[in-house]
Amino acid sequence: MVTTTTNHQPEILEAVVIRFVGDSGDGMQLTGTQFSDTSAMFGNDIATFPNYPSEIRAPQGSLYGVSGFQVHIGSVEVSTPGDNLDLLVAMNPAALKTNLYALKPGHTIIVDTDSFSKKNLEKALYQSNPLEDGSLENYRVIQVSMTSLTKEALKSVQGLDNKSITRSKNMFALGIVYWMYDRSIEHTIEFFNKKFKTKPHLIEANTKVLNAGYYFAETLELIPNSYTISPAKMTGGTYRIIMGNTATAWGFLAAAEKSGLELFLGSYPITPATDILHELVKHKHFGVKAFQAEDEIAGICSAIGASFAGDLAITTTSGPGLALKGEALGLAMMIELPLVVVNVQRGGPSTGLPTKTEQSDLLQAMYGRNGESPVIVLAASTPANCFNYAYEAARLALEHMTPVVLLTDGYIANGSAPWKVKSINELSEIKNNLVKEVKEDWHPYDRDKDTLARNWAVPGTPGLEHRVGGLEKDSITGNISYDPENHEQMTKTRAEKIKRVKNNIPEQEIEFAQEGDLLVIGWGGTYGSLHSAVKQLNDEGFKTIGFTQFNYINPMPKNTEEILSKFKKIIVCELNDGQFAKILKINYSQFEFLQLNKIQGLPFANNELTEKFKQLV
Amino acid sequence: METTAVKKYTFKDFTSDQEVRWCPGCDDYVILRSMQKALPEMEVNKEDVVFISGIGCSSRFPYYMNTYGMHSIHGRAPGIASGVKLANPNLSVWIMTGDGDSMAIGGNHFIHVLRRNIDLNIVMFNNEIYGLTKGQFSPTSLVGQKTKSSPYGNTQPPFSPGELALGAQARFFARIGGNNPKDMTQIFIEAHKFKGTSLVEVLQNCVIFNDGCFTNVTDKDVKEDKQIFLEHGKPMIFGKNKDKGLVLNGLKLEVVTIGENGITQEDLLIHNAKEQDPTLHQMLVRLQYPIATGVIRSFDDVTLEEREDALTAQVKANSNFKKVDDLFFSGETYIVK
Repeated sequence: MVTTTTNHQPEILEAVVIRFVGDSGDGMQLTGTQFSDTSAMFGNDIATFPNYPSEIRAPQGSLYGVSGFQVHIGSVEVSTPGDNLDLLVAMNPAALKTNLYALKPGHTIIVDTDSFSKKNLEKALYQSNPLEDGSLENYRVIQVSMTSLTKEALKSVQGLDNKSITRSKNMFALGIVYWMYDRSIEHTIEFFNKKFKTKPHLIEANTKVLNAGYYFAETLELIPNSYTISPAKMTGGTYRIIMGNTATAWGFLAAAEKSGLELFLGSYPITPATDILHELVKHKHFGVKAFQAEDEIAGICSAIGASFAGDLAITTTSGPGLALKGEALGLAMMIELPLVVVNVQRGGPSTGLPTKTEQSDLLQAMYGRNGESPVIVLAASTPANCFNYAYEAARLALEHMTPVVLLTDGYIANGSAPWKVKSINELSEIKNNLVKEVKEDWHPYDRDKDTLARNWAVPGTPGLEHRVGGLEKDSITGNISYDPENHEQMTKTRAEKIKRVKNNIPEQEIEFAQEGDLLVIGWGGTYGSLHSAVKQLNDEGFKTIGFTQFNYINPMPKNTEEILSKFKKIIVCELNDGQFAKILKINYSQFEFLQLNKIQGLPFANNELTEKFKQLV
Repeated sequence: METTAVKKYTFKDFTSDQEVRWCPGCDDYVILRSMQKALPEMEVNKEDVVFISGIGCSSRFPYYMNTYGMHSIHGRAPGIASGVKLANPNLSVWIMTGDGDSMAIGGNHFIHVLRRNIDLNIVMFNNEIYGLTKGQFSPTSLVGQKTKSSPYGNTQPPFSPGELALGAQARFFARIGGNNPKDMTQIFIEAHKFKGTSLVEVLQNCVIFNDGCFTNVTDKDVKEDKQIFLEHGKPMIFGKNKDKGLVLNGLKLEVVTIGENGITQEDLLIHNAKEQDPTLHQMLVRLQYPIATGVIRSFDDVTLEEREDALTAQVKANSNFKKVDDLFFSGETYIVK
């Protein structure tokens, strides 16, 4: 083990990555959230990612019952939850066993020695106790009998059963980590005061244990030194920590208020999209109508009905659900109604890797319907900008009278990061195509001459009664038409309508080198990984690498070709087998697109990217 | 809708300019005309009426009505109609469907829309066959029925739409012969008035692929003897001479003749469509002789919208969130200088 010296002046670090892991019931999500919230309020930039088992209540102590929460905090810009750990807090042997791989050599593990019983070691399939057999000699192991110390701290508190006592040991761990990273415990105590308002004994108990952990760390020489991470340089303003799925839900709330329409969600539970439903059902105070349907198809169909009747309508799902919604999405495209379909992508195909992340539904979003059926496709790229792209998806659907598929993924949907809170006043206007009065010679498929959006006459409007449907319709009257020329014209018109969205979206931007040797291209949720890798190389002196992340996939921004032409080499990085690269090749066949693909249900690791990019310049 | 005076209409106001393209002699024409006649009686403005359909012969219906309408995709009309109604509860929303559309491809939506009890109306054109795809057996085709997809006879036992609907907690179920525009018109009006999901099964003859499927029940010569037309609060009586009726014998309905074995009209069951317990309604629905028509069940229950509205009002009254900014800037925010 590493010899230690006591040092009361905290050492200053730029960034650290900490993972809290324990049994599903050990409260690791709460512990991690408290640490990250406190750090954010201290002024650090943060990024977090939860990692929990797909089993709801896995057997205690088992390897597959381990639940974790990773947080990356920095005085510099932090754009991913981090790859390798500086600190691993493991509450039992199973947690240690399943997470040790991620810890940097020489770095610190905090364990609860009380949990390293013979039984728990066996459950974690350890032949011998790793705390005793020397297998951890390359790490700094801080052994704390947390369960006993927690019990000791709570001796004097009345009204606690044994289970509540044991369950508060996570706060002992949090206390230690707060001391190690020079954080105040005040925020968490405030949290207890709010959360346990009506249960004063729980406020007392949790506060006592948190304090006990903190003072234990301070007085104990086992803990070598403390660190601090100075506040990051962030634009001034009001911030909050937000999860991607919450940000998505809030983007729609904002779009509904801004557009003056009521928000309707039709949805069916599916991992990892369900949190959007969970969030929106809470907001009845804004008049949100959230309808949990009997299946994915009814989810989108109810949204299509609501859109026909004049609501801002959305449906939320993940890959398999998008497959089920395909036919109805085609109908929405055909009858040209505004609709947003959110696909929080997960590992596929079929049931695939439901709790892991992947970007493999891009081609499904683009082409997964019968017939020629183009729709707008957008992709959010960070937990916080899920807000922007949900808002943008709603804006484009309403302004262009078309379905929009918004792609996020499990990584950004469950990750959280600081969000500079946007007031509704800062958001762009949202127009719509509603017609409220009878006009001379009116037809339901009359179009705006610039956007080609048809007008939106909703039931309840006198004089505009009309029928829409999935059958091809006459380009003028909207009546059923099997005329060959008309079908071709309508098909081209629907395609042209989507192409013209180019005129209503911002230009694509390049970060770092504006021209040069290598352009790194990504799309959607890989922004954090790619941005940090290119930034690191830039800091190391590789000044000819540029980076651009696409959020507008269909159509792509107007200046895409121009950007592509500024670099000698182009590499498209994505968490699939090359789907965006295929789209680029179709549209910009004059360029050569190199590929970096990963299909492991995991985000890109920093070194995978930097090594590849270095080879190319 | 409540605040504006309802305009006066005739059936012509509900006739669209589209040429009707059903086969000559199809009962669908009767359904169309009955609906166009019923609507002026419903005290609803034309712009507030919406017809949603799926796919099949029945689903052409919206094109022929001069109201708002959507011809959607196969089996999915209940989902779309639910969205329309929840978005704007003032609308009178109708689902026009067939036996295949509602109980085969759309079976899941059919049972759930009935369970939820949103104030919607469903008209099911039951012709025991797939017409538009030219003659395959449907979920209501009889065992042994020879069709294009069962040349040696159908081996799949049928659903009884009413039985399925009541099992799915339908609060309103009516059945009517496809050649009976007078009673059909009245039933459509009843269905509209009913607060909750109503289902009307029309025994609809398909002149091309299943001609005569209901002849032995609906033909003028036999219908009074083969059908019992139920009316709430009235005795269960039928027959050309009004001399037959229904009594309960143990756990079964039994046909009796007035004047035989000392039976008088007093002995007959009185139809109570509003009874919550569906047991007797189920027996009526299953009865093979006579076939029960009319409004079999009409139980007033809380609708989904009423529950949702009550919750929304309660949440709004207790919430500090009036605008999204109230939410965005609430709770755990922090200031970066």
